[in-house]
Amino acid sequence: MTDDGRTAHAGALTARPAGRHALLVELPDAERTAAFHAEVLRRRAAGTLPPVEEIVPGARTVLLDGVPDPEALARRVTDWEVPPVADDTGDVVEIPVRYDGPDLADVATLWGVGPDEVGALHGSHTYRVAFCGFAPGFGYLTGLPPRLHVPRRSTPRTRVPAGAVALAGPYSAVYPRATPGGWQLIGTMPDPRPLWDPARERAALLAPGTRVRFVTAGGATAAGTARGTATGSTATVGTGPEAGA
Amino acid sequence: MTTKLTTVRSGALTTVQDAGRPGHAHLGVPRSGALDAPAMRLANRLLGNAPGAAVLETTLTGCALRPDQDVTAVVGGAPCPVTVDGRPAAWGAPVRVPAGSVLDVGAATAGVRSYVAVAGGIAAEPVLGSRSTDLLSGLGPEPLRDGEVVAVGIPARPVPPPVAAPWPGPPAELVLPVRPGPRADWFTPAALRTFTSATYRVSPHSNRIGLRTEGPPLERASAGELPSEGMVLGAVQVPPDGRPVLFLHDHPTTGGYPVVAVVPEPALAAAAQAAAGTPLRFTLA
Repeated sequence: MTDDGRTAHAGALTARPAGRHALLVELPDAERTAAFHAEVLRRRAAGTLPPVEEIVPGARTVLLDGVPDPEALARRVTDWEVPPVADDTGDVVEIPVRYDGPDLADVATLWGVGPDEVGALHGSHTYRVAFCGFAPGFGYLTGLPPRLHVPRRSTPRTRVPAGAVALAGPYSAVYPRATPGGWQLIGTMPDPRPLWDPARERAALLAPGTRVRFVTAGGATAAGTARGTATGSTATVGTGPEAGA
Repeated sequence: MTTKLTTVRSGALTTVQDAGRPGHAHLGVPRSGALDAPAMRLANRLLGNAPGAAVLETTLTGCALRPDQDVTAVVGGAPCPVTVDGRPAAWGAPVRVPAGSVLDVGAATAGVRSYVAVAGGIAAEPVLGSRSTDLLSGLGPEPLRDGEVVAVGIPARPVPPPVAAPWPGPPAELVLPVRPGPRADWFTPAALRTFTSATYRVSPHSNRIGLRTEGPPLERASAGELPSEGMVLGAVQVPPDGRPVLFLHDHPTTGGYPVVAVVPEPALAAAAQAAAGTPLRFTLA
């Protein structure tokens, strides 16, 4: 199985064939994946990308599916100059959280803090949706520093409620609906309905590229003011995230 | 007045399907849609419907429906006995079903999935532009239940004159062309030879998400975990047990097991009609 398995390399980028009409572009890390994904979207908006049906980011890949000539596209993407993603690009969404999850004490132990400090620590970072998967509207959020990464639970739960705010590995997430799940649950989004609404123009609140802040529900913004206010549009959950590009 | 169909017998699994909801994979939304898309399109064409008008997709045991007004229907895909109020009726061609009589779509005599198209199309509520039932993520209408009523759309044009329709028969042996997948290099050369030379069988655990296989496991060249990456329709993913799984229309949009090969979309209709136990070979395209 090597006659057709050509892969193109260019510096940090590897373009892997994925059938007759798709290309899987692999990047060395999450940051460069986000940058490449943003570049794909920029070029599509500018009309300089060949027709693509699906642009699906992953942890370290971007899948370009429904491409007429993936080999030609593979040759082109290796020539792209891809600027890093600026911290202040992308819509901002604020997620209210009650830090009351059943794994709060375990996570506090792993982080070496008290249970009442988990919320402030979790809310002090700005996150970005790296990719979606698992369920419609389930976003994998990067932005947690490596020292705060925690393993999945050794025994998954048969039911995680909608709105559960959870951690696993480098990711944070909010469950848009009740499903089985193995992530560590640290809190609850009181009204999870905005996370996924297929009747809305933007069905998923947490679409790839969106920046996310967690704010303590009913209280002040937990995200430190020292991090500054982003220049992008800020959407407060419940008022609709349609603002911005 | 809208025509309605009452589900007299829902069968093992009967779902509403159309051309699916592509374009939302980046939000975690599967493509969904009729697994045997050519059968759906042909059934619709015979009725003068748009090619992607919503139809009912049955699974092995068919279904039975009672319209409250006269309708014209086509049953195609997997061959099966068709009756109207117990009297034999045509398979693969338009059938007139008078108001109050029962259209019975019998168990498949070969293949897996029969399609019931009705002039005007099934008028379920669309979600993200599609009426398809997505069994992985639960979008679209629930699978039919006994007694459930489904609406029929208003036909845009009259049913065209009958034509001879080329219905392909379900495969006695499934031969799937493959191209190397993005992670073919995760497997040993011996495993890749096994993959394209061994005879597998279609597992009874197959469903709309994936066609599972029974046969020799594929050995990985590299251990370790694959970070989640986008999955294409027709991807052949290899989970830790080594048995290839062919992703069908309700497949997850991202996955963490390596894709050894990809089956082109035109070959997937035959896969959708391959019953459990069917011999299966993957051949390098």
